[in-house]
Amino acid sequence: MRWISNIWFRLCATFTPGRMEREMDEEMAFHMEMEARKLVRGGLKPEEAARQARRNFGGPMREKERARDAWGIGLVQDLTSDLRLTFRSLRRSPAFTVVAVLTLALGIGGTTAIFSVVNGVLLEPLPYRDAGELVSVHHSSSTASSGAIPLSAALYFTFRDHARTLRDIGIYKEREVTVTGLDQPERVAALAVTDGLFPVLGLQPMLGRGYRREDAAPGSTYPVILAHGYWQRRFGGDPNILSRTIRVEGSDREIVGVMPANLSLPGVRAELFLPLVFDRARLEIGNFSFPGIARLKPGVTPEAATRELDGLTVVATERWGGFTLEMLRARNFTSVVRPLRVTVVGGAGTALWVVFGTVCVVLLIACANVANLFLVRAESRQRDVALRAALGASWGRLARHFLTESLLIGLAGGVLGLLLAHGGIRLLLGLAPTSIPRLEDIGLDPIVLLFALGISILTGLLFGSIPVLRFGRGSLAGPLKDGGRGSSGGKRRFQYRTLFAVAQVAMALVLLVASGLMIRSFQALRTVPPGFENSEEVLTFRVAIPSSEIPDVDAATLMHQAILERVASLPGVTSVSGAASVAMESWESWDDWMVEEFPVAETEVGPNRRMNWIVPGYFETIQNRLLAGRSLEWVDIYGRRNVVMVTENFAREYWGQPSGALGKRIRNGQSSPWREIVGVVGNDHTMGVAAAPPPVIYLPFITANFWGSESYSVRELRYVIRASRPDPLSLLAGVRQAVRSVNPNLALSDVKTLKQIFDQSIARTSFTLVMLGIAAGVALILGMVGVYGVISYIVSQRTREIGVRMALGASKAQVSRQVMRQGGVFAGLGVVLGLAVALALTRLMSGLLFGVSPADVLTYAAVSAALAVVVLLASYLPARRAARVDPMVALRAE
Amino acid sequence: MGKQKPDMIKGSLDMLILKILSLEPTHGWGIGERVQQISKDELQVNQGSLYASLHKLTREGWITSHWKVTENNRRARFYALTRAGRKQLGVEEDHWARLAAAVQTILAVG
Repeated sequence: MRWISNIWFRLCATFTPGRMEREMDEEMAFHMEMEARKLVRGGLKPEEAARQARRNFGGPMREKERARDAWGIGLVQDLTSDLRLTFRSLRRSPAFTVVAVLTLALGIGGTTAIFSVVNGVLLEPLPYRDAGELVSVHHSSSTASSGAIPLSAALYFTFRDHARTLRDIGIYKEREVTVTGLDQPERVAALAVTDGLFPVLGLQPMLGRGYRREDAAPGSTYPVILAHGYWQRRFGGDPNILSRTIRVEGSDREIVGVMPANLSLPGVRAELFLPLVFDRARLEIGNFSFPGIARLKPGVTPEAATRELDGLTVVATERWGGFTLEMLRARNFTSVVRPLRVTVVGGAGTALWVVFGTVCVVLLIACANVANLFLVRAESRQRDVALRAALGASWGRLARHFLTESLLIGLAGGVLGLLLAHGGIRLLLGLAPTSIPRLEDIGLDPIVLLFALGISILTGLLFGSIPVLRFGRGSLAGPLKDGGRGSSGGKRRFQYRTLFAVAQVAMALVLLVASGLMIRSFQALRTVPPGFENSEEVLTFRVAIPSSEIPDVDAATLMHQAILERVASLPGVTSVSGAASVAMESWESWDDWMVEEFPVAETEVGPNRRMNWIVPGYFETIQNRLLAGRSLEWVDIYGRRNVVMVTENFAREYWGQPSGALGKRIRNGQSSPWREIVGVVGNDHTMGVAAAPPPVIYLPFITANFWGSESYSVRELRYVIRASRPDPLSLLAGVRQAVRSVNPNLALSDVKTLKQIFDQSIARTSFTLVMLGIAAGVALILGMVGVYGVISYIVSQRTREIGVRMALGASKAQVSRQVMRQGGVFAGLGVVLGLAVALALTRLMSGLLFGVSPADVLTYAAVSAALAVVVLLASYLPARRAARVDPMVALRAE
Repeated sequence: MGKQKPDMIKGSLDMLILKILSLEPTHGWGIGERVQQISKDELQVNQGSLYASLHKLTREGWITSHWKVTENNRRARFYALTRAGRKQLGVEEDHWARLAAAVQTILAVG
């Protein structure tokens, strides 16, 4: 209870000091009066008594001060007076304040912006219930050149029914479906999911219900669930949506649920959800197309789950047909269970940490600049400080004053920096939409704000300690004795400043080297032949002819051909063709292919190869060179000929040169027909130019006797149109019309130019490049300003010395050359230091580089030379000023 | 003037004030007078320390104050002990006794 009276007392003292002062005055007056009266009684005369009483009491001022100290609010009072003083002194030196705050704001703002990205993408847990338990489930095998093989349905069922380490597992498949029956037919992105997927992620529908196992069973109506955005956009948020049906892929589906807004599925966009349906009777271990997400039971590690799943795979091979255990073993087929967050973030981690490291360096450079400013300021106030010390201010008090000042500047820089960060984040989100995963999780949330606050306080304390350390408890009388100008002696002071300048140059060099390496990587990427030419002239889009609309394969083929003809006749179209997937799209198909000439054992299959289906004229349209043989033609399609084309690396792998592949035969399984290679084309960088191009086998888009069907046809084609001018989007209206005239129920989707596809594939590199470039540029400017500041200061301090030298006969040229030499020393030391640091650090970013080593001599040399020139430039102005010193004026100034 | 003894142990002034106030509520000057009287001029309280002490004791909640008119028709601030203050007095008396005994033991050696 006592602390209540304590707080109350202090509050009164803080807020009503006036009243307490008055009462104290009255009390002391009373005291002195009583004392005087006592003395009068003792025989003194009244005036004498009064004087005596006052003397006995001691100096009232001091007593009041002591009493006030007992109030216990000294700290608060001191702080408020400090704040007022600090505001005044900062206002009186606006240049210092503005420059310091702005520089800090730049550093803090940039760091906070990038940190918010790092936080949202790498540090924060995924937005699902207990996201730590979520894992992605897939496979890996030694013959697949891409890293992760999705699940096969047979294995999914085995895992679902028997895995004890998993609470539940769900798989999904991205699809595009045509929705008709509304005002316009529309292709929408959809996701087919098993009943377990939403519960695993902890996602509940907002309206209606989720999926039950019966929804995917035979006899079900396969109802759909809408995503929130689609429900709003297409149905106007109709509250009675649950009783409606829509026509999806030609069949009527009931809408049984609506998912809530802000639903985010890892790496997937979907407007519509469908049940993922399998015919269990015809399932076998194969067709690895379904990504899986599972929830571990509490306390289970991913490794334990992996072991169990590997064991269950063995069990599965006994129950299902398809791949046998020996076949799987031959490929080192294993399960891979990885925390979901790792899978979602993918390779973005390195890039982000590198960028974060760079902004931290920029922050350091900014801090060095501001530290210099503080040093200069501290020195110009030496007399000030000495005077205050002489008047009785304790060292602690002085330290507190300095710290208040620097903390204020730090916080001001932090607030301004936050504003900058806010704008910067918006810029970032606009610049790099697809190369950063989890974009929706980036923002100025509490952790980021805390980070910014922490940095501001840290930098504030850092700068405050500079004058505190500088002045120390040592002799403050020195500056007072001096002529009052602040002696220019003290080698230690120069060494600090020199150190800062050299450090800035070094750090700027590191950033410039990193940027230079990224520029060269970027250039190297652009020179890789991507498998097509003149991409800016090519328009692509997808059209699907669902088997529910046109069940007959030939009719669908005719329809595709009709579209091709109509589009080809449009003005401005040079050529039209199509393929199942066009370079660098993520649509993939793989299978094992064996070569007749190099037979494999009975139970074996050949290596896993990427495949694509093409329409005749595809390579001519995208301009991928034909290296040997001929292209596929329409007569191959209608004649159902067993012919294929392959890429250059496939041909070279087996026969040493492209022409060696012609006439050879390959097939994808013991029971499949042999197909003859009729043509070889240049390599296809299907996984982006940064990765090695996989060998690809091209099949005609209607393939006879393939994958269990007599005529396997690709229902959905990506059309490629080469325009005669580099503005292919202008053809779009005419193309839409052409497609609609063939069949009004067909819709175009995913319209992109080939150039856009290409740009997206190098987006991560270009994004990192832009970020590094900006950071390096800022670092360069700050470094230059820093060096300029230091040398100017040195010159101004040495004015007298220069005057003496000139009076003794030194020429202007000699004087300015000496200053330039000082700059040269900074440049030299900084470059050497920077090179050493750069060599050590760039190794960390080798994952981002392409075609250039982290120790690339050309880059290092060029950057060093450029930086040295810049530093010398920065010392040019002070050098000129030094040359203009008038010896008479300099010597007289005292 | 009288014999002046500086506050030997800082804390003892607080204790003395509490003791005086335990006898009857008084104003600041009165406390000083009583101390002088009772100790037969051995102890004279320093005025500045007195008021600093009084503020501290008020802050701690061991004494309270109120303004009253004295016999001489003058307004003065009277202090009184609180229940917590009475307890604190006991604590400080114990402490003082132990301290004095300890010092005595040392002085009695040899």
